[in-house]
Amino acid sequence: MQKRRKLGRGVAIVGAGMSRFGMFKDKDSKHLFADAFKEMLSTVDKGMDPGDIDALYLGNFTNDFFVGQGHWGPIISDLIGLPPKPATRTEGACASSALALREAVFAIASGFYDIVLAGGVEEMSKRSTEEVTQGLAMAAIPYEVKAGFTFPGVFGATATAYFARYGANREHLMNVTIKSHNNARLNPKAQFNMSIRDIMNQRMERAKSKGEPVPDWRDEKEFLHDPRANPVVAWPMHLYDCCPISDGASSVLLVAEELAGEFTDTPLHVVGIGQGSGKGLHAKEDLSCFEATRYAAQEAYGMSGLKPEDVQIAEVHDCFSIAEILHLEDLGFFAPGEGYKAVEEGLTRLNGSKPINTSGGLKCKGHPVGATGTGQVVEIWKQLRGEAGERQVPIKDLRIGATHNLGGTGGTCTFTILERR
Amino acid sequence: MEDRPFSDISYEQFLKEERLMGSTCKECGALYVPPRPVCIKCHSSEMEWVESGGRGKLAAFTSIAVCPPHMIEEGYNRSCPYVSGVVELEEGPRVVARIEGVDGTKPETIKIGTPLQSQFLHRGAGEHATTVLAFRPS
Repeated sequence: MQKRRKLGRGVAIVGAGMSRFGMFKDKDSKHLFADAFKEMLSTVDKGMDPGDIDALYLGNFTNDFFVGQGHWGPIISDLIGLPPKPATRTEGACASSALALREAVFAIASGFYDIVLAGGVEEMSKRSTEEVTQGLAMAAIPYEVKAGFTFPGVFGATATAYFARYGANREHLMNVTIKSHNNARLNPKAQFNMSIRDIMNQRMERAKSKGEPVPDWRDEKEFLHDPRANPVVAWPMHLYDCCPISDGASSVLLVAEELAGEFTDTPLHVVGIGQGSGKGLHAKEDLSCFEATRYAAQEAYGMSGLKPEDVQIAEVHDCFSIAEILHLEDLGFFAPGEGYKAVEEGLTRLNGSKPINTSGGLKCKGHPVGATGTGQVVEIWKQLRGEAGERQVPIKDLRIGATHNLGGTGGTCTFTILERR
Repeated sequence: MEDRPFSDISYEQFLKEERLMGSTCKECGALYVPPRPVCIKCHSSEMEWVESGGRGKLAAFTSIAVCPPHMIEEGYNRSCPYVSGVVELEEGPRVVARIEGVDGTKPETIKIGTPLQSQFLHRGAGEHATTVLAFRPS
């Protein structure tokens, strides 16, 4: 039985910003974090003096491997003028900055600090795909690596188990991909801010201008079924089921609730925060869910007194299309085996009853692993404050949003519920 | 009676000897493959070695076309994918393994629930020698 969690004092988010996510040969980790920090500062409605920040928690996973440098807390801290204030790096694979956010929340809730910066950064694209694969495999389960599994492979196997159990198929995964691209098209920060239709048109134009045979895909699914356009990576995961290799950074400013009014009249309150850990494929009781997500969700719902139906909008960790469907179920938004049907019915679209990954998700916004967790918070910050522009969801009285971050193959999962009061 | 420690190193040594070994808890009878040094059900550390018969059925699988370096070395690539899977042993536990004797280029023909038998793939030589657990349709 899980104890009901509570914070020693309330914590609010009063600013959130991110760099553009993408593959940038000319931007390093410091450049990216500076972009995220500058945007965060610009979102603090009443302004703030960065000299008032008590501490930094920074999520980063693989810069040790990709950049050959591991001690990123003080490097980023120095970048924004925080020394001698403390800086701490957190590592939870792809959930690294969700852990930074949690540490910031706990540090404020304990009364130790009042104003804390949490964020994340990752610099991945200067390496070859093989090197990135090898670097990310540092978060894999050794038994799985030896058996030949890759990250897409683990999620591919998860998909076959889910399909066999619930009768879903590849077309259901395509619904997730098409929806993510439609959302990302409206997000200028997204790595792939194009719909599948845009990509098809671009390909057809290119073929025409080169005098090559023009493909005649009738619709998005025909494009996604075409192995030349969408080759298999790890069956049934194809290219368009997988998130890209990305560079990027994000940052969030957290303060004690009683101080929030000094920064903004529209803070987001951290009402639920949960984290769980999970096991490898061989040891999981149920291959078609993530136990760690269920535990994190239970913790966050219990703390907030909210139910899954109270969460109006969420960013979930769609590293692979199948993952988004599993999270919808593990977070209680839909019953087990019903997630793929909800996506098919359009319930998770921008104008659906439960919009999911309005940013485009990891699939299209990009997944600079250490920056993803707080990057998800940036989207919820925009949506709950009505600042999401063209992709603003049309829900009346939008107050409650959530972020779900997953590290490794489900080894670390977090769920955070935010409320605008 | 085996007195090797209940570690991954021992598990790997047994694979080299073509034995699929796990550990069972003397207190509550829980069975683990690969072996665990501590029972996660009752937290007893009184474990003993048991050998699996190596029969099971396919619980989940993937056919991998974008291969990691150690599989590229074995000759796999985008046009020659390999299959990895989760196998539920007759004794209960699940293991991850290579799946041989199935066509990775036609993954839609591979069925969950297919009965399988273990085999041992010996790779490398000298200090790089290792044995990979695999299964094939029985």
